[in-house]
Amino acid sequence: MADRDDKDLLGAAKMDRRGLLKCMAWTGTGVVWTLSGGVPRTLGLIGGAAAAEAPQGGLTFVQISDSHIGFHLPPNPDPSATLTEAINKIKAMRTQPAFLVHTGDISHLSKEEQWDDADQIIKSANKQVFFLPGEHDVADADNGKAYLARYGKNTKGKGWYSFDHGGVHFIGLINVFEFQPGFKSAGLAKLGDEQLEWLEKDVAGRSASTPIVLMAHLPLWTIYEQWGWGTQDAGRALGYLKRFGSVTVLNGHIHQIIQKVEGNVTFHTADSTAFPQPAPGTAPAPGPMKEVAANELHKYLGIRTVNYVRGKSAPALTDSTLVA
Amino acid sequence: MLTIVNPALRRRRITLLLGAVGVTALLTAALPELTAAGVAVVQAAASPATVQIDNFAFAPATLTITAGTTVTWKNEDDSPHRIGDKDGTFKSAALDTDDSFSHTFATPGEYPYICTIHPYMVGKIIVKPAGKS
Repeated sequence: MADRDDKDLLGAAKMDRRGLLKCMAWTGTGVVWTLSGGVPRTLGLIGGAAAAEAPQGGLTFVQISDSHIGFHLPPNPDPSATLTEAINKIKAMRTQPAFLVHTGDISHLSKEEQWDDADQIIKSANKQVFFLPGEHDVADADNGKAYLARYGKNTKGKGWYSFDHGGVHFIGLINVFEFQPGFKSAGLAKLGDEQLEWLEKDVAGRSASTPIVLMAHLPLWTIYEQWGWGTQDAGRALGYLKRFGSVTVLNGHIHQIIQKVEGNVTFHTADSTAFPQPAPGTAPAPGPMKEVAANELHKYLGIRTVNYVRGKSAPALTDSTLVA
Repeated sequence: MLTIVNPALRRRRITLLLGAVGVTALLTAALPELTAAGVAVVQAAASPATVQIDNFAFAPATLTITAGTTVTWKNEDDSPHRIGDKDGTFKSAALDTDDSFSHTFATPGEYPYICTIHPYMVGKIIVKPAGKS
């Protein structure tokens, strides 16, 4: 695999999170990314001229992730409040998104009251929402039955789905039910045969010029094996998408933005709306960065806007933090 | 890394346990693997064996007990964890911070288990027949 090279490309794996943020001058703002020829390029900071000229007439949607409602420890004793701030940020957007996607860990512990709280907050955006479960959403006694009963209507198998919007084909994959236990090899997520067979059929016969957005909770590339940050059989899924000219992969789970380009495929993990996690290998464990001070927390939380302009196959991604 | 700190904590706990049973001669019981003597102490104390969960790791990662011993996992981490073995013999609910889960091992054997939320976290319970060491 080319993972080692890719980490070098991003530089993110070798730097602690704070250093990375400083280095990229993200403090207090967001960065506008545009994908030109498949290579992400920074256009400017949110609020700058580039962002103000957000292209009109295309398809815009917003990704939120890892809201962890029910978490109650440092650095964020109140993730409901920060989710509310994220939703308020969406409501204030000049170009309103067509819909929202939530890439998992809606709740902290798969409890109905946690989902109730999350739904109540998210509902105020008045948008259609496409949900995916995180591993924290399938931690009920019946291994995900509660999530599927609540969010799994109109989905296939164990919650996966696809839909089309504005000429873009969206695929929501589930990688929190199967896994490879870490006894002899890395403990990674799995998509599983049934879902992969469905995916192969789902994309068969579609025009290669159709832009694809592939979403899942855990990263669909191996970011850091030692922390289980990867999906063992993701390569097979990406193989089915090789012929497509533009594939954008959106993941959550690691509570920080890491991006990678591989041919026509761009990979992006997202910030959490609840708490940050350390950059790969910079801490003994991937738990919450509890040392983040209350007045610094918002710099580590954020939402992502994705904009497709008609006539261009690759989208522009805008990551913005929750700093007011 | 806490994986370095944990054996020290464990050593302290077992030392206390040994002191309580009055088996002072066993103070040098070899770690990290519990020796036969260590197993005997867990049995003699009639006290449940404990696996601490912290920093996304089980400590001790391998615990040897005698049949009939109850093992308690205590989640002292900031993240929830969930115990499950390969064959579904034992499985906890998702354990939030400070929650614990107990299981009594009646049948000798080796029981590898994982955190089903973070499958790269692995541990093992080795159950020896009761009355033997």
